[in-house]
Amino acid sequence: MILQTKGLCKRFGGVHVARNIDFGIEAGEIHCLIGPNGAGKSSLFRLILGAHRPDSGSILFRGEDVTGLPSFARIRKGMSVKFQVPGIFKDLSVRQNLVISFQHHLHGHDLEATIQRVLAFAGLEGLEEQAAGTLSHGRQQWLEIGMAVGVEPQLLLLDEPTAGMSPEETRQTGEMLRALNAQGVTILAVEHDMSFVQQIADRVTVLHFGEIFAQGSVAEIISHPGVADIYLGATDD
Amino acid sequence: MTGPGNSGLSVGPSLIDATPKRQRNTLALWLSRLEGPQTIGRGRGFWITFVLAVLAAAIYPMFVDGWTVGNTAYFLVWTFMAMGLGVIWGYAGSLSFGQTAFFGLAGYGYGVLTLNFGAAYGFTLLALVLAVGLAALLAVVLGYFMFYGRVQGVFIGIVTLSVTLVFQAFMAQTAGPEWAIGAARLNGFNGMSGMPPLTIPWPGGDVLLYADIALYYVLLGLMLLVYLGLRMLLNAPFGNVLVAIRENPERAEMLGYDVRRYQLLGFVLGGALAGLSGVLYTAWGQYITPSSMSITAAALPVIWVAFGGRKDVTATLIGTLVMIFLYQWLTIYGSQYAIVVMGVILVLTVLFAPEGIVLSLMRWISARLKPAGGRA
Repeated sequence: MILQTKGLCKRFGGVHVARNIDFGIEAGEIHCLIGPNGAGKSSLFRLILGAHRPDSGSILFRGEDVTGLPSFARIRKGMSVKFQVPGIFKDLSVRQNLVISFQHHLHGHDLEATIQRVLAFAGLEGLEEQAAGTLSHGRQQWLEIGMAVGVEPQLLLLDEPTAGMSPEETRQTGEMLRALNAQGVTILAVEHDMSFVQQIADRVTVLHFGEIFAQGSVAEIISHPGVADIYLGATDD
Repeated sequence: MTGPGNSGLSVGPSLIDATPKRQRNTLALWLSRLEGPQTIGRGRGFWITFVLAVLAAAIYPMFVDGWTVGNTAYFLVWTFMAMGLGVIWGYAGSLSFGQTAFFGLAGYGYGVLTLNFGAAYGFTLLALVLAVGLAALLAVVLGYFMFYGRVQGVFIGIVTLSVTLVFQAFMAQTAGPEWAIGAARLNGFNGMSGMPPLTIPWPGGDVLLYADIALYYVLLGLMLLVYLGLRMLLNAPFGNVLVAIRENPERAEMLGYDVRRYQLLGFVLGGALAGLSGVLYTAWGQYITPSSMSITAAALPVIWVAFGGRKDVTATLIGTLVMIFLYQWLTIYGSQYAIVVMGVILVLTVLFAPEGIVLSLMRWISARLKPAGGRA
């Protein structure tokens, strides 16, 4: 297990966004987190990242307890994240975005080589001096994925990576993630586009009211009567 | 739209490929950072202009009398505080409205040290370093409580302004003889005076840097050193992180940067530079009063930096020199209007060139020069 949560609980006022969640991600898999609005997907995502502190329970990353660590320290240990709303530096050039993303791991020639590879990978060649905020929405998403994966992440965390993308862009993003996964990156994606989940997921976890409702392969989840009846029809926020 | 390519990126250990690490010459690396994404001005055109400006500043004392040169030195005194505010506000995105707290603390610190220990053996230079260190220490403490206490945005301005006003109020009530540190009377609203100017130990007798030509050259050299040093620092990874924090602090944290630590470092750098201005001011005029920490004094650096352009150290420097010259000129010909004119300039800047008048002009010139070749 590359990531494991044990008895994770978190409540905001009277709302339990996480109830005793025991959850794990195997190294090398693409794991999708689904569930209707308010199921606790984003809260679990933010707990894993350290943006929220749990009330109780613990989070282990590569066997190490990271529950008390701030976000930046978890990132340094090999997590990497892409948010739903493109989290790029809009007023800075594409190149600057990449430099800032990689500079604490890479320097000089290595940094330059990685920038060129990511530009090619994300289809952003020739746009490196452009302000990132002037890119199309899809390209902003790819830039952020490039920022997240350029430097050897052990675990890539994606919050609705295809939000706002056209079907074609969504399909291409799926291929991009599959290619990354083939190179050894473990991926956890919060997603509710079921066709996208079917395209990429090895395993799926369904959350409901802050609890794990079901877990299994895509086929198992799709054929799961409860999930099919209750959740998949209502995941359109 | 072209889709992303699926090949070409390798991640994992193979990403850092077998290419041997190049032996990097550290000095060459830092010199290369004189130009970069965080500072405007690159290429031959810019550096020729820069050298010409420095030469003009260097030969200027040959054409005017020593008293005038000493007054010009006074302009240079303030540039350090302005450039420091530029780092905190323009680069790291936190508006400090109380840089004068560091200015005043270091100024008084220099006074207390030199009035007690004199100026022999170049002690004034040690006093300068200690007083700047004192300002930096205040910045560490204040910055720690602000940034680690999650004080953000406009509240940083409010907290820092409060600190400088508390300092001013405190120093203003130290008129009694009981308010003395050793031989140094704090002297309330009249302030402290009689401290020695900076001295440089020299065989055959120390060089005394009164407000004259020698001090002008020392300050000019120091200003160039700090300016070029900041250019290198801001184009280094450190500067990139400050800009990342200004643009999107959450993203910066999620790229693995300890945002609060970088904010604190930027704040301490700015505080130390404000302290340097404070010491130089005190040594220049051989006095310091609590009004150096007043709300007017606190507002002026903000106006200079806003007018120049907070997001570029060159624009900040030029803007500050222009504004101080204008302010001095106005106070000669109608002191009561000078501060009003400063306010009007701030309003006009905010309305018509929110990025700064000098910075907008520099960008305009650079755009005009582009088709003809290099960028200015």
